[in-house]
Amino acid sequence: MLKEKDKIFTNLFGDEPFHLKNAQARGDWDNTKELIKKGREWIIDEMKKSELRGRGGAGFPTGLKWSFMPKDSKLTNYLVVNADESEPGTCKDRDMIRNEPHKLIEGCLLASFAMNAHTCYIYIRGEYFNEAVVLQKAIDEAYDAGLIGKNAAKSGWDFDIFLHRGAGAYICGEETALLESLEGKKGQPRLKPPFPANKGLYGSPTTVNNVETIAVVPTILRRGGEWFSSFGRPKNTGTKVFCISGHVNNPCNIEEEMSIPLRELVEKHAGGVTGGWDNLKAVIPGGSSVPLIPKSTCDTVLMDFDSLSAVKSGLGTAAVIVMDKSTDLVKAISKLSHFYKHESCGQCTPCREGTGWMWRMMEKIGNGHASSNDIDKLLDVTKQIEGHTICALGDAAAWPIQGLFRHFRDEIEEQLKKTKAA
Amino acid sequence: MAKVKINGSEIEVSDGMTILQACEEAGIEIPRFCYHDRLSIAGNCRMCLVDVEGSPKPVASCAMPINEGMSIHTNTQSVKKAREGVMEFLLINHPLDCPVCDQGGECDLQDQTIAFGPENSRFEENKRAVEEKHMGPLIKTYMTRCIHCTRCIRFADEVAGVNQLGAVNRGENMEITTYLEKTLDSELSANIVDLCPVGALTSKPYQFEARPWELKKTETIDVMDAVGSNIRVDTYGWKVKRVLPVLNEDINEEWISDKTRYACDGLLNQRLDTPYIKKNNKLEQVSWGETFSQLKKLVMDSDPDEIAFLVGDFIDLETSYLIKKLSEDLSIKAVDGRQEGCKVPFNHRSQFLFNSKIKGIDETDCILMIGTNTREEAAIINSRIRKRVISSNIPVALIGKNVDLTYKYNHLGDDINILIDLLNEKNSFYKKLINASKPMIIIGQSVLNRDDSLQIYSLLETFTDKFNLIQEDWNGFNVLQLAAARAGILEMGLIQKNKSVDDLVADAEKGKFKLVFSFGADEISYENFSNCKIVYMGTHGDRGANAADFILPAAAYTEKDAIFINTEGRVQYANKASFPPGEAREDWKIINQFSEVLELKWSFLELYDVRDEMFAKFPHLKEDFNDQNNGLVKIIDNKANEEVEIINKDTRSSQEKKNDTINGNIKSFEENSAKKIFNTAWADLNDRQREYLRKYNYPETWSEFTEHYGFKVVNDIKKKNNVVLPYEDQYANSIGKAWNDLTYNQKKWAYTKRNKNNLIGLADDANFSPDGIVVLNDNQEAYYAQPKEINFKIKNLSFSIEDFYINDSITRHSSTMAECSRARSEVRSSVTEKAS
Repeated sequence: MLKEKDKIFTNLFGDEPFHLKNAQARGDWDNTKELIKKGREWIIDEMKKSELRGRGGAGFPTGLKWSFMPKDSKLTNYLVVNADESEPGTCKDRDMIRNEPHKLIEGCLLASFAMNAHTCYIYIRGEYFNEAVVLQKAIDEAYDAGLIGKNAAKSGWDFDIFLHRGAGAYICGEETALLESLEGKKGQPRLKPPFPANKGLYGSPTTVNNVETIAVVPTILRRGGEWFSSFGRPKNTGTKVFCISGHVNNPCNIEEEMSIPLRELVEKHAGGVTGGWDNLKAVIPGGSSVPLIPKSTCDTVLMDFDSLSAVKSGLGTAAVIVMDKSTDLVKAISKLSHFYKHESCGQCTPCREGTGWMWRMMEKIGNGHASSNDIDKLLDVTKQIEGHTICALGDAAAWPIQGLFRHFRDEIEEQLKKTKAA
Repeated sequence: MAKVKINGSEIEVSDGMTILQACEEAGIEIPRFCYHDRLSIAGNCRMCLVDVEGSPKPVASCAMPINEGMSIHTNTQSVKKAREGVMEFLLINHPLDCPVCDQGGECDLQDQTIAFGPENSRFEENKRAVEEKHMGPLIKTYMTRCIHCTRCIRFADEVAGVNQLGAVNRGENMEITTYLEKTLDSELSANIVDLCPVGALTSKPYQFEARPWELKKTETIDVMDAVGSNIRVDTYGWKVKRVLPVLNEDINEEWISDKTRYACDGLLNQRLDTPYIKKNNKLEQVSWGETFSQLKKLVMDSDPDEIAFLVGDFIDLETSYLIKKLSEDLSIKAVDGRQEGCKVPFNHRSQFLFNSKIKGIDETDCILMIGTNTREEAAIINSRIRKRVISSNIPVALIGKNVDLTYKYNHLGDDINILIDLLNEKNSFYKKLINASKPMIIIGQSVLNRDDSLQIYSLLETFTDKFNLIQEDWNGFNVLQLAAARAGILEMGLIQKNKSVDDLVADAEKGKFKLVFSFGADEISYENFSNCKIVYMGTHGDRGANAADFILPAAAYTEKDAIFINTEGRVQYANKASFPPGEAREDWKIINQFSEVLELKWSFLELYDVRDEMFAKFPHLKEDFNDQNNGLVKIIDNKANEEVEIINKDTRSSQEKKNDTINGNIKSFEENSAKKIFNTAWADLNDRQREYLRKYNYPETWSEFTEHYGFKVVNDIKKKNNVVLPYEDQYANSIGKAWNDLTYNQKKWAYTKRNKNNLIGLADDANFSPDGIVVLNDNQEAYYAQPKEINFKIKNLSFSIEDFYINDSITRHSSTMAECSRARSEVRSSVTEKAS
């Protein structure tokens, strides 16, 4: 269990105000100038040592990603922070922005400096109205204190932050769709290559990072990459904010060490599954986009990237959705399918046409008007979407259904037979 | 260059290509819907997925650039499955109303479903339906059929330059629409009909008119502006149903303007289909014969100075040539074809042409436009400039009216004095123009129509030196013509020196003219010609026809074989797609027949005769003509080159070769190569060209060919030069002359004779009238033959001599057409006398 002294987000629960002076009392903005003085190479090196993997879901090593940015390009480099947190079950960025905005702002400065960017855009989800107000206030405070702006934190580095509010589309959390939306266009993912590091916002080199990824940067740089990598297992290092929701006694956001066993996480911090651990049916361990895992797997699985992908799921955003035995799994996943149908941008064929079809078939199965053949057809359709789309939304729509039938097909078929007989 | 492996075989392709392009290079077809050569890459249809070794997922080949050593597979099971999957997704919400869809038969979705689609449908849910959008009078929408490829959106944004099309809503509710269903405000809008791979966007005027497989397709040239866009005219019987663009990288790429596309419905209405003469202030239908004889009287009664010729905007080159010839033979000096009133006396063709060529826009690095609105005057050229501005951000400036040209330009003002400022280095644009390596100026007609146009034009000519417009391989001095006929008219010299049409009109008002011939000139105000008889040759009941005393119905641009010269000076060949209505005739024939009536001894039997004479007088046009990839000559020349290669392989000495030729020893390689050339020569011809050769009875099969002529005659097809055939020599000897000394008619008679009394030679509609025909016998005596029972409206070319009564009473040595026609008129009058 993570000790209190090793927690990065000490005010995650909002015990203290978010204001600059409180944040400084907690250690934010402490000698930021010195960190910048150590130079670009040192920052990226520390990030590489920390083995921090992107917290937005894909888990790409952050230090490596930063090193892709061209060092002396004639174009302006940009840092874009993805605060369009819309993945069902995920609410970690929200608490960070609400209670620890200065960690994010300081992280923006350090990351931008490391990537030779003078400008940072924070794209915040439109529905996060209060959070946007808080964040804007924090940015204003930082400007007033000279921490950002011209000669930010007296480091000699000019730096500006712009807060941009989205308009409520899930797909704008996809990095290239986010850039499109930021440019004022319809939020639709771009083709890759070119990757944003070569051609991103306004055609310039851009790095898009999750809020959590950026917010942990100052602490990592202060306490050292090695300190951060001392938590968790190799390649799955550091601390992570988990969002536990669903059928637990005490849903919460909690910062914990990586690779903590799922059962320990749920029982220690969320007050356990309603009706006890044995009442557990399945868990979606990383936000709606990853396949669920049945209780038998939950007993032993560790909460990190590699361990979860070994059981054909994923850490995703670490949003643990717990479902006890009262859950109608088909209807639950059908709800997710409806979400993906509703949020598909409509750009590419398999996702546009397939998500609606999948949802309708899921509804059919949920209503009991289906047969085993229909399940085969549905799985075949998920395979036709998976890997054939421009962005990962197609995959994300297909995986929950695949996960459901991987573990619970027999049970569902049994149920269908019963409905038919009745 | 990069080496890649496609389906196991290695191929070298240039860097920066996409996988799809590389596959095309290798001859492998990749299905696609959203990809289009001329638009940005969207990669959203996912139909072009291929496997790339080392990539876990299939890759969209249209968007993925190739890398050295890439190994690509297009024929694996997973690719097949992916294509079937995408096809299934596209079809689940597609209405499958092919039987009532205008796109049916030329639909990408249909074709690719057959080729790559799944066997059956598994979709049991309800299909989506989308409300029809309204996009104005040209574009019909059935958005239920839309597959969201976004080609139309990208075209509007990128090529047309109007950001008015877009997609609203998300996911399966996404709909393509214009903002608030407004009309697409572009002169290129209907190109999205061609781009649409399904039947979502179709042509509203063409709606339910025809199915594509019923239509006869003819590639020809557009005349709605001076660009000379290459078009395909689709006809159903006589009616022109639609006009589509044809790819020509040098001119219109693959776009055409809406005017070009939709002007064809005018070909159906208000057509002049019979000659008229005004009697008692009322136009009455008359026969051609009466018209011509009355006209002859009028011409004979007038002094040449009392006759004026006005030439219109749609006149083809051959007709221009004949008008010129007619005016010279009749010594008429008041001839002008510049209806808009241009006053500049051009001395050299580079003074009125778009010298840098349309393709030159892709190279220029600075454009100054003077007095032109290219968007209206030449939409295709405007889109080309837009492409250049977008891709290379070159400076463009305009002196003239401040209009929306769909791209950013520097509006210098609406004052001609700016030209002087530019020359005196006072204008801010001076620096850009002087620093450009390939500068270009485009001069609009509005500059050349002013009273001070001569001064302005000479001022503009000083620009060439000042700004280095003319370099070794660059000429940036461009005049933009507005009418399809104009470059040809200027080329033929159909202008008055130091005078303009305005002067001519003023002279008419003073009563200088008694007779004015208007060859399709409809932009003139005819009130000023109230003192003269007006003869109008044209196609429509337009302004000229309303004022006319004589109406000679002619053929529209889709109804004749003709040559047009576009504003670049490019000689282009227009093919006959339909035929003139009723009694109307092709323009050159009308003038040719009139010349017969006037006994001018022109002796043109064929359009090709006119062309031969014209090219002899204007040899530079012939060169241009040969440069073209259309027309008979080019094909023949290509084949001739091929033959040169084969002859190079010949190892015989020249003496041996000569002996072989004299003794008729045919080497097998000679015969084989001749056969090859023969077969490909026929295959490469278009219908019209084949018809032409059939008229001369060129055999179509190799065995037939060799049986008659031996293989040497291949040259005759290939070069159309007068190779003397064995039987031709025989014939010429029999009448004691050399073949080359024979007249055209005699040669034709020889052909006729060979064909066992078949009248093909003279039954050509050039001198074919329903009253009868003139034939010549071996002794060069002309006979007037009248048909027994033949429907002359059917252009059956193989009449037999038995089908005619031959009038023996008149015989005459006749070697020219004029004599033939005299024979005919004598016979006719005698017959009429007898009858009365």
